[in-house]
Amino acid sequence: MAAMTMTRAESRPSDDGPSRVQTFLSRHGGMMPSFAAVFILVLLFIGGEIFLRGDFIRPLTISNLLIDNAYLLVLAVGMTFVILTGGIDLSVGSVMAFTGMLGAKLLAEGLPVGVAVPAMLLGGAAIGLFIGVLVQYFGVQPFIASLAGLFLGRGLAFIVSLSSIKVENDAVLWLQSTRIKIGDWVITPTGIIALVTVAIAAFVLHLTRFGRTIYAIGGSEQSARLMGLKVGRAKIGAYVISGTCAGLAGLLLTAYSNAGYPRNGIGTELDAIAAVVIGGTLLTGGRGFVLGSMIGVLVYGTIKTIINFMGAEQAWMQIIVGALLLLFIVVQRAIVARSEGRR
Amino acid sequence: MTAIYRHRLFWPIVALVTLIVINAVARPQFIKIRVQDGELYGPLISILRDSAPLMLVALGMTIVIATRGIDLSVGAIMAVSGAVALTIIDGAEDPGNVGTVLIACIVAVLVSLVLGAWNGFLVSVVGIQPIIATLVLMLAGRGVALLITGGFITTVNSEPYSFIASGYLFALPFAFLIGVVAIVILSLVERRTALGVLTEAVGINPEASRLAGVRSRSIIWGAYIVSGTLAGVAGLIYASNIKAADANAAGVFIELYAILAVVLGGTSLNGGKFSIAGTVVGVLIIQTLDSTILFLGVSSAQSPVFFAIVVVIVVIVQSARLRDGLAALTARVRSRGAGVQDSDKVEVA
Repeated sequence: MAAMTMTRAESRPSDDGPSRVQTFLSRHGGMMPSFAAVFILVLLFIGGEIFLRGDFIRPLTISNLLIDNAYLLVLAVGMTFVILTGGIDLSVGSVMAFTGMLGAKLLAEGLPVGVAVPAMLLGGAAIGLFIGVLVQYFGVQPFIASLAGLFLGRGLAFIVSLSSIKVENDAVLWLQSTRIKIGDWVITPTGIIALVTVAIAAFVLHLTRFGRTIYAIGGSEQSARLMGLKVGRAKIGAYVISGTCAGLAGLLLTAYSNAGYPRNGIGTELDAIAAVVIGGTLLTGGRGFVLGSMIGVLVYGTIKTIINFMGAEQAWMQIIVGALLLLFIVVQRAIVARSEGRR
Repeated sequence: MTAIYRHRLFWPIVALVTLIVINAVARPQFIKIRVQDGELYGPLISILRDSAPLMLVALGMTIVIATRGIDLSVGAIMAVSGAVALTIIDGAEDPGNVGTVLIACIVAVLVSLVLGAWNGFLVSVVGIQPIIATLVLMLAGRGVALLITGGFITTVNSEPYSFIASGYLFALPFAFLIGVVAIVILSLVERRTALGVLTEAVGINPEASRLAGVRSRSIIWGAYIVSGTLAGVAGLIYASNIKAADANAAGVFIELYAILAVVLGGTSLNGGKFSIAGTVVGVLIIQTLDSTILFLGVSSAQSPVFFAIVVVIVVIVQSARLRDGLAALTARVRSRGAGVQDSDKVEVA
C-alpha cells in the first residue's frame, strides 16, 4: 500500500520541469520521514541478506516478522491515533497485560469465547475512555492521564491473578496455531487481524470525517475547534481506539504465548511509541501515517531478528535499539528541516 | 483564609496530612518515634529514609520539567551509576576501604553527569523533543548497565558503602540527610540567584526568553545535567540499600513516580513555574501512600491501582473544570444569601 501512495504521489507533478524531485519533496515534506523509514527498512534487509545470512529476503522471514510482532503492530496503530492528536498513551502495555489476564481468567472459568473476547475489547476501551475523559474534560495532560491508566491496568492485571493463567481454549489457540500458506508466504489469523486493523485504521484516518478531525486537532486544536469540528468527541475517540487496540493486542499476545501473564508488556508502550516515531509520525501531532507506523514496527522487528541471529546479548539489544532510535530521529529531523527550508 | 486556600501548596499538604492522620488513627505506632543509641527509629523515619532516592530524582525532574522538558532516563542512569560504583568496589583489593568507596562514588556520579549532559546535548543542541531524546537513554542505559556488570547482579560487602543507605549521622538516617542537602543546595541556587527565574522564563517561552537575552540553551542543558547527576546519587543509595547492582530492577518506574511527585507538588508539565517545596511534599505523599498500602496488606504488585486512584483524585481536584464548578456553586449559594450587594461586587470585579 505504501508503494501505491508513492506512485500516485509521483504521477501528480505532470509537467516536466527541471525540479520535479524538488517539487515532490517540497509538496510532500510531511511524508519524508516515512520514506526514510522505508529506505532504512530496505537497507536493513539488504544488510541482513549480505552480511548475516543468505535467506533474509525470503517470504518466510518477512512472514515471521509480521506474525511475531502482530500485537505490537496493533498497539502501534492505536498509538498513532493518539499521537496524531498531539497526545501520548503510556497505558497500552499494561492495558494489554490486563485484558490478556481478564480473557484468560474468563476462559479458565469456562465462559465461552463469545463472552471473553468482547470483554477484553471492552475492558481496553473502558480504560481508554477513562483516559480520554480525563484529558478532554478535566484538562489533564495526556502524559499524566495515561500514566494513571498505566498504573490502573498493571494493578488490575495483578488483581485478576498474581501468577500466569494458562489458556486451553481451542478457538483462541487457533488464532496462532493455524498457518495459512499462500505460496511461500505464511500467515496466521493473528497476523491477518493485525493487517486488517492497519487497513481499517488507514481508511478511518484518511477517508472519514473523524480521521480528518484527528489530523486537524494535531495541527492546531484551537483552529479545529473554531472550524466547528467536534474536537472533544474525536479526541476521546482516539484514546478509546488506542485502548481497544490494546485490548485486541492482549488477545493476540494471549494467543501467541498460550497464557495470560500479569508482567506482560512492561515497557511495551515505549516500543510502540518508538515504532510510531520511527515510522515518521511527529510526536507534536498532526503529521504521520498509520502505514508509517507499520513500517516502524517492521523496522523494530527486523532489528530484533538481526540481533537474535547474531546471538548478541540482551544488553546489546537494548543499546542497539536505543542507538537506532536516535539515528532515526536525527535523520528525520534533518529531512524535515530540509524540506521545510525549501518551502 | 483565602490566601491559604489559594496557595498552590495547600492541596498537596492537605493530602499529606490526611494520609498521616489516617495512618495514625489506624495504627497508633505509626507516629511513634523511638530513640535507640542516639538514633531515631520509627515508621515516619523509615519513610524519610526510603524516600531519599525518589527525592533526589524528583528534584532533578522538577528543574527539567520547569524548562518544559521531561527526563525519562533517570531510572536507567540509576542503574548505570550503581553498576559503575559496585564494579569498582568489587574489583578493588579492599572493598571496606573508605577511599575506595569514595572514589567509586565519585566516578559513578561523574558518569551520571556525563549521561545527563548527553541528554541535555540532544535536547538543547540537536533540538530533539525531550521525551524522545531521553527515551533513547532509557532504552539503551539498562543495556549499558548490564554490560558493565557483565550481565550479573554484582553484590558487595562493604561497610562504608552500605553506610550510605543504612547509616546514621546526627541521629538521622544518612540517606535522608543527602536528600536534605540536595534540597537546600537546589533551593539556594534556584531561589537565591536569578537562575530559578531564568529557568521559568525558558519554560514559559523558550523563544521569547532567548530573544530577551537569556541563554536558554545553557539553562536547558544544565537542567538535564542536574537531573542526571542527582539520579546518579539516587542510584548509589539504591544500590547501597540492597548491597547489589541489579541493572534490570534498579529504578524501574522511578521516572513515573518522580513525574507524579512533581505534578502532585503543583508544577505543571507544561513548564514554567516550579515549586521545589511542592516536589518535596509530593515525594512524601507517594512514600507515605506506599507505606500505607503495604500496611493494608495489599500485595505490592497490586498497589499501582491505589496510585492510579490517587493520581485521578489529585488531577481532578487540581483541574480548572472542578474549580470553576465549585466557584459557580459557592457564588450561587452566596448570592442567594446576600442578595443584591454581592452581585454588585461581582460586576465590579
